[in-house]
Amino acid sequence: MYVNTGTYRLNRAISRGILYTILLLCAASFLIPIYVLLATGLKSFKDVNIAHMWSLPDKITLSSFVKAFIKLIPNLKNSLLIAIPATLFSAIIGSLNGYVLSKWKFKGANIIFPIILFGMFIPYQSILIPLVQFLSFIKLYGKLAGLILVHIIYGIPITTLIFRNYYTEVPDEILEAGFMDGSGIFQSYLRIMLPISAPGFVVVIIWQFTNIWNEFLFAVTITQKPSLQPITVALQNLAGSQIVEWNVQMAGALIAALPTLLLYILLGKFFIRGLLAGSVKA
Amino acid sequence: MYHSRRDYLIAFLIILPSLCAVLIFVYGFIAWSIRTSLSAWEGIIPDFSFVGLRNYIEIFSSYRFQTDLWNTLFFTILFLGLCVLIGLLLSILLDRKVKCEGVFRNIFLFPMAISFVVTGIVWKWIFSPSVGVNAILRAIGLEHLAWGWFTDPAKYLNFHVALIPIVIAASWQLSGYTMALYLAGLRGIPVEVREAARIDGATEFQTYTRVILPMLKPITLSALIVLGHISLKIFDLVYTMTGRGPAFATDVPGINMFETTFRANRYAEGAAMSIVMFFMVALVIIPYLYTSLRKEKQS
Repeated sequence: MYVNTGTYRLNRAISRGILYTILLLCAASFLIPIYVLLATGLKSFKDVNIAHMWSLPDKITLSSFVKAFIKLIPNLKNSLLIAIPATLFSAIIGSLNGYVLSKWKFKGANIIFPIILFGMFIPYQSILIPLVQFLSFIKLYGKLAGLILVHIIYGIPITTLIFRNYYTEVPDEILEAGFMDGSGIFQSYLRIMLPISAPGFVVVIIWQFTNIWNEFLFAVTITQKPSLQPITVALQNLAGSQIVEWNVQMAGALIAALPTLLLYILLGKFFIRGLLAGSVKA
Repeated sequence: MYHSRRDYLIAFLIILPSLCAVLIFVYGFIAWSIRTSLSAWEGIIPDFSFVGLRNYIEIFSSYRFQTDLWNTLFFTILFLGLCVLIGLLLSILLDRKVKCEGVFRNIFLFPMAISFVVTGIVWKWIFSPSVGVNAILRAIGLEHLAWGWFTDPAKYLNFHVALIPIVIAASWQLSGYTMALYLAGLRGIPVEVREAARIDGATEFQTYTRVILPMLKPITLSALIVLGHISLKIFDLVYTMTGRGPAFATDVPGINMFETTFRANRYAEGAAMSIVMFFMVALVIIPYLYTSLRKEKQS
């Protein structure tokens, strides 16, 4: 090459400079909502006026957070009471289904899988009216248990998909050793599959917990009493109230986002795996 | 691998409860919604007397539902376009051996971990005419650029400008997804491909447009389908950010269905809307599932 190395280096430095400038600008604009949440949430009500909307608070106060937190405590509790059991149950069901659909392909298994999978794509509006009727019929309408049941059932497709893809990667030979000893389908699940399933469970648990915590349509349709509403519905009501207390709204929004945000920050790698699993191919 | 017949039976029994649940709660309920959409159920007490397609004719001739369909069309086009563009840009930038790549990636992806409800509340503030972006525009003397955002009822050829803020909020939340997909795709392209292109005298730009982007086409397709079906059934974000908006400027089928059914108690019409939504989504998803599962079988 006859390129002058000095010019080359200069060009490279410039192009790296441009690259990082664009990236930093993009990152900054992605963080604008977080800035808004923090800057407004840390202000007191009287500091939230039109002239100071975007500025940082003169004096940082946690009063909005305290106020929002006290208001939202029952709903945070409801969300936990719904999300934790629903997540655990659907993870266990998904694991068993995934095991069968990857390692025990009986006749018809290849038809059953897409039949189940399709359930994760439907607009839930199209099952909402019968669902409400059904829940009223079994006396679970308006109850937390009703929401738990709903999340377990409609979680079956995605948890089955993630575990099926996860177990497909496990070589058949590992299982075969077990069959030599004469262990059946359950023993080989418990002795061989389950002990190596931890990463699959982490992905599914994070994915399900995040989705259930953030879910709104089922929550707003099925719960009526404010004391039984999960966090997303309570937050929406807080924002829809007559007096626009932006500071309390923003503080509440951040509180509602915090649990899943923390999960993402701590275990982001697994979250992304769940995300990519959603696009069907392993 | 040898399995006993009994074990296969057990395998089937393990999956049977899930299969039944899905058959009832997905397929059975959709059938029941279809039945409801053909009924005269209006009011709190169910009325399943058969009225044929009356409810479908009713909703398709209503101004509100027609507006919903136009809004969905424009929303989907803009939202998919933005997500693909932003995702591509970010992934190409991040694929150039950037320092702190993980930090950047996390910043672009974290919105996916939070609820549409939270997103709606924050972006509602940002685009509120009296406070958010307008306040900045006024402060820097660009007052003439300030406008009503999602409160503006203006429309051009059935395109409501009030949808723009919602498109921005939705793209903020989901372009991290396209970025993650594209980044995985770019990492899968062997170095030899780029080198071959360079040896053939292609410039950096040509390498992308002629070689790399065509290789990413399957990823773009699955991103479009996954995001497209989200867009067709969108509800939470619009509900918390704007609701139906002025003159239905930001109304979508999801909102209309919810309000018609559970606020106005017009169950049969609400069911008809939900079935229209179902077929729109099914039209996109079934071919996608069919081809990707067949491809999986072949490989």
